[in-house]
Amino acid sequence: MTNTQTNEIIEIRINGEPHSLGTPATVATLIDARKPRPPFAVEVNKQLVRRPSYGETPLRDGDQVEIVTLVGGG
Amino acid sequence: MTVDPTSLKIGGQTFHSRLFVGTGKYASYELMRECLEACRCDVVTVAVRRDRLIDDQNRSLLDFIDTKRYTILPNTAGCFTAEDAVRVARLGRDILEQLDNPGAAWVKLEVLHDKKTLLPDPIGTLDALQTLIKDGFQVLVYTSDDPAMACRLKEAGAASVMPAGSPIGSGQGVLNPNNIRIVLEMLKENDPDYPVIVDAGVGTASDVAIAMELGADGVLLNTGIAHAADAPAMARAMAHAIDAGYLAHRAGRIPRKLYATASSPIDGRITLNNR
Repeated sequence: MTNTQTNEIIEIRINGEPHSLGTPATVATLIDARKPRPPFAVEVNKQLVRRPSYGETPLRDGDQVEIVTLVGGG
Repeated sequence: MTVDPTSLKIGGQTFHSRLFVGTGKYASYELMRECLEACRCDVVTVAVRRDRLIDDQNRSLLDFIDTKRYTILPNTAGCFTAEDAVRVARLGRDILEQLDNPGAAWVKLEVLHDKKTLLPDPIGTLDALQTLIKDGFQVLVYTSDDPAMACRLKEAGAASVMPAGSPIGSGQGVLNPNNIRIVLEMLKENDPDYPVIVDAGVGTASDVAIAMELGADGVLLNTGIAHAADAPAMARAMAHAIDAGYLAHRAGRIPRKLYATASSPIDGRITLNNR
């Protein structure tokens, strides 16, 4: 961690859509801002991020985030 | 209605109903809930998809499924590679663990070849199965009715092999009963309790009965109920068909014969006219 005060803007994708985030950003800050309806699961760059790790999973420029839930299916 | 005390054991769990029902394609959540009730299923399948910030009425599928009553079987539908199927399986498990649902241990694995046929990709399916088993999943595997592939999936550790009766959503029923027979014979040899579920292609109640009469342990269906003109009535019909087919299989059908055998006695007729 070099400098937590740099409010650098990063560009990430959430569920395929482009989003700009201020830094420092983690999965926890993203979830706090977006407030997906529980239950949901989160993936960053194709890796599952489990709930206890949200706060310690930083988001970086270019990250691909997926936030998923359950829907009807066969 | 209790048909038989023998229940279905699969993936470490025991169920009274042998009908597994999908939750997709219903005209409304209310209709889905009514159909799940009417078909008396214990297991319902769901898909894992990107959340939307706002859906039409901000309602969720899970508002209409009692997660304490039903075991939720998450699928990997829509995956065309082993890698994607493994990702989806892990996401689904994470959600079901939050719900404290026994389905968290399970996944219905589908790795598809192409969008038009939705036929399974056998190599991707086996590849994903091996990864998921190492990852601790009980894997119920959607596959074609190919007996050789069914054997390879069982050997690799599938909790259940689920051969398709016909393509997903096609309503063509069990197109090749001989293959299903061979799959059942091979998978159950020296292992009669190994669960085989016919998955996909069911159009109406007789398709379910045929699958069960062949000796399947259960049937998984979705569209056959969801798109019926009167879906709750079809849900009830499917429940009866499961019971009818299961009982008929256990009862043992008579052999097929080319010629007739009279049911009424020949002796004592008042006419001597014979042809």
